[in-house]
Amino acid sequence: MRHLYLVISAIVIISGCSSSISPVDEGLEKQIFHFGNGSEPQGIDPHIVTGVPEHHILISLCEGLTSPGPKGGKSLPGAARSWDINEDGTVYTFYLQKNGKWSNGEPLTSKDFVWSWKRLLTPSLGAQYSDMLYMVKGASDYHNGLTDDFNDVGIEVVDDYTFKVYLNNPTPYFLGLLSHYSTWPVHKDTVLEHGAIDDRNGQWTRPGNFVCNGPFNLKSWELNSRIIVEKNPLYWDANVVKLNEIRYYPVSNVMTEDRMFRAGQLHNTYTIPSQKCPVYIEAKNADLKIDPYMGTYFYRLNTNDPVLQDPRVRKALAYSINRKQLVEKVTKCGQLPAYSFTPPGSAGYQPDTNIPFDPELARQLLAEAGYGPGSEFPKLEILFNTNEDHRKIALAIQQMWQQNLGVDIVLVNQDWKVYLNREMIGDYQVSRAGWIGDYEDPNTFLDLLRPNRGNNKTGWENLEYDRLIEQANTIKDQNQRHDLLRKAENILIDEMPIIPLYTYVRAYQLSPDVKGYYPNYLDSHHPKYIYLERD
Amino acid sequence: MAIPVLLAVATMTFFLIKLAPGGPFDAEKAVSPQVLKNLNAAYNLDASEWEQYTDYMSGILKGDFGPSFKYPGRSVTEMIGVGLPITFELAFYAILIALIVGVLAGVLAALKRNTLLDFIPMAIAMIGICVPTFLMGPLLVLIFGIQLEWLPVAGWGQLAGDKILPSITLGFAYAAYIARLSRGGMLEVLNQDFIRTARAKGLTEPMVVIKHAMQGGLIPVVSFLGPAVAGLLAGSFVVETIFQIPGLGRFYVEAALNRDYTMILGTTIFFSAMIVFFNLLSDLAALWLNPRSRDV
Repeated sequence: MRHLYLVISAIVIISGCSSSISPVDEGLEKQIFHFGNGSEPQGIDPHIVTGVPEHHILISLCEGLTSPGPKGGKSLPGAARSWDINEDGTVYTFYLQKNGKWSNGEPLTSKDFVWSWKRLLTPSLGAQYSDMLYMVKGASDYHNGLTDDFNDVGIEVVDDYTFKVYLNNPTPYFLGLLSHYSTWPVHKDTVLEHGAIDDRNGQWTRPGNFVCNGPFNLKSWELNSRIIVEKNPLYWDANVVKLNEIRYYPVSNVMTEDRMFRAGQLHNTYTIPSQKCPVYIEAKNADLKIDPYMGTYFYRLNTNDPVLQDPRVRKALAYSINRKQLVEKVTKCGQLPAYSFTPPGSAGYQPDTNIPFDPELARQLLAEAGYGPGSEFPKLEILFNTNEDHRKIALAIQQMWQQNLGVDIVLVNQDWKVYLNREMIGDYQVSRAGWIGDYEDPNTFLDLLRPNRGNNKTGWENLEYDRLIEQANTIKDQNQRHDLLRKAENILIDEMPIIPLYTYVRAYQLSPDVKGYYPNYLDSHHPKYIYLERD
Repeated sequence: MAIPVLLAVATMTFFLIKLAPGGPFDAEKAVSPQVLKNLNAAYNLDASEWEQYTDYMSGILKGDFGPSFKYPGRSVTEMIGVGLPITFELAFYAILIALIVGVLAGVLAALKRNTLLDFIPMAIAMIGICVPTFLMGPLLVLIFGIQLEWLPVAGWGQLAGDKILPSITLGFAYAAYIARLSRGGMLEVLNQDFIRTARAKGLTEPMVVIKHAMQGGLIPVVSFLGPAVAGLLAGSFVVETIFQIPGLGRFYVEAALNRDYTMILGTTIFFSAMIVFFNLLSDLAALWLNPRSRDV
C-alpha cells in the first residue's frame, strides 16, 4: 500500500510542479500562437507539397507575388509591390518590393522568380501543382518535355525588380493563383547547395538551412510534434506583423485536438469532431466558428456503367435526394444544400442551376429510361472511403433512393487508397467525392469535368461544355465570362455526371484571444494580420 | 534463426504491399499521367519489381531504408531514429508502472487469498484487461486534464507532466495482466514444500516471499514480459494518437494507410527485429530464473 501512496504522491507533486499558466495564457503574454494544424506536413518545399496543413505553415514562411487579403477577395501586394496588365489581359508586368529580402538578407529579385518557376516546371522534379502555371505561354510544353529551352516560356526579366509574364489567354484569376504556394519563390543557392534543381529530397528545408521571404522564419521542427516559426525582422512588411511566434501542432486525432483546445493548449483547432458540432451549436459555444468554404461534397456517377450511361437515370437519382434534410438531419454542422457544382458566390459568380427534390419526376424519368413497373432497376453500389461521416451520408442516400425510387443500394466501404484506385480506374458505379477550390474562381470547379481531365473520373465528355469553358477563358470581361460559365454549368447539371449534395463549411474552434482572423472562402488566413489580445 | 526470419519478413512485406491496390501518389486531386511518370521515375518505381527488390535489399544491408514517399526529404532511417527513442521511453515508463503495480497487486492478492485484498485488486485487474486504452486514455484525460486541470492532455516533453497520463494509460493494461499472472504464479509456489521448509527454518514472512517465493512465482511474468514489451512497442499507436506523441507507432500505421512503401517496409522490419529480440531476451531471463530448465 505504501507504494501506492508513493505513486499518488508523485502524481500530485508533479502536477503541483506543472506550469499553472496554460500555453494559451502564456501565448497571450508573449504573442505566441498555438496553432492546431491537422497533420504532419509532408514538407515545406512549396514546389513539392500539396496539402492544407502545408499551406498554413508556408504562408508564414514564404510569399508569392500577390498575397491574400485577410478577409479574402481581391489579391493584395505580396513580393510584388504592384503590377500592370495590358489591354487584352495577356501580359502582366510585376514590380517587386524594393526592400524585398530573403531571410538571409539577400535581395529578392526577378531572377529568383524565373528560376523558381523553372524549377516548378522541371519535369523530373515531379511537382504536382506545375499546371498552376500552364496559362503562361510555353509552360505546358516545357513541363511536358516538348521543349527543353526555358527561354520558350513566357517570362521576361526587365530588370532586377521588374519582370513580365505572357499568358496564353486573359486569365482573370491569374493574380489569385499567384497566392498559391506552388508559384512562390525558393532561394536558388540554398536549394542547389543541398541538391539539384529536381531533387525532391534535398535538405534545404531543414531548420538552419531554410531560406525564404515570408513574415516568419523557421526556428525548429520536431517531427510529428511541432514546428515553430519566429518573426522575420527582414520581411518587407515586418512592421505589420504582431505575432512573435507560431507553433504548429500536427494533431491528426480530432478528439485529441478538441481536448487540447479545451485544456488551453491550442488557440484554434483545425477542425471539429463531427458528432460534437451539433452539440456545440446547441450549447451556443462561442468558440465554435462555422465559416463559408469554397468546397462541394458530391457523388460521382460512372457514365460508362450500362445503367448510369442514361442521363435520365442520373437525373432521377439526383432528383430523389432531399438535400435540405441531409444537411439538417445528417451532417448537422451548418452545411448548405448544393444545387450547383460551383459554390455560389465564388469571385462574384452566381450559378443559376437548380436540382429539384421531386420524387414523382424522378420516378417518371426512371420509367422513361425503361425501369418502370415490371422492369426492376438493378442493384447499385455506392463507393466511399472509410469515414464515419461518409458512411452516415451514404446511409441516408441509400434510404432516400430506396424509399423514393425503390432502388436497391449496396454500400461499399474501402480503405482510402483502394477507394482512390477504384475511382481512378472507373471500377465503381456511384462514388462519394469532395472538391475544394484552389483559387477563388468558378473555373477551379468547372474545369474538373472537362474531357481528359484526370480528376473527371466519371467518363462524361461533352464537347459543348468543353468549348464554352475554353471560350470563357479567352474573355477578359467577367460578366461575359460568367455568362458562358453559367451556360456550361447548366449543361453539366442537365447531364448530371455528378450529383452535388452540399456546400462545405469550415467548422473549427477559435480562442476569443485571436484577433485578425476573418472568415474567407478559401480559408486562407495570413498570419501577418493575426495577433492575440484578450477583451 | 533471427536473420532468416527477418529476411523472410522483408521479402514477404515487399511483395505483399505491392499487391495492395492504390499507390503512394494516389490523391483526391489526381496527378496527371506525366507527373505520375516523373514521380515513379524519381522513386525508382518504374524499374522492374525484381530490380526494386534487389536495390532495396542491398540498401538495407548498408543500413539505408530508402526515402519516405509521403515525406519528401526524410529518410525512413531518420524517421525511425526520431520516433523510436520516444516509443521506447513511453514503453519503458509503461512497463515500469505495469511491473510495480502489477507485481504488488498480484503478490498481495496471492498472500491474502480469498480476502478483500485479493478480490479488489483482481477485480480492478479484470477491468484493466477489459477496458481498452482508447477508452482509458480519454477517461484519464477528462478527469486529470480537463476537470482537475492537474496534467496536460496531450504532448510529449513539451509541458511539465505531459508524460504521466500516456504512461499510466499504456501501463495499466499490462499491469492488469501482470497482476493476474503473478497471483497465479505465486499461489502455485506458495503451496510448495520448499516454502514450507523456509518457514519451518524460521525465516520471516517477507524473506520467504521476496527471496524464495517470488523467484519462482514470477517466472510467468518474466515470460510474459518479452512479448509484452514487443507488443507495447508495436501497439503504442493508439496511445500515441490519443496523446499526440511523436512515436514510431503512428508512423507505422499511417505508412500503411498512405502506401508509403519504404516506410512500411522499414518499420515492419524494425518491429519484427524488436519482437525477435525481446522474445529471445525473455527466454534467456526465464532460463536464468528457473534452474530446472537449464538442465534440459
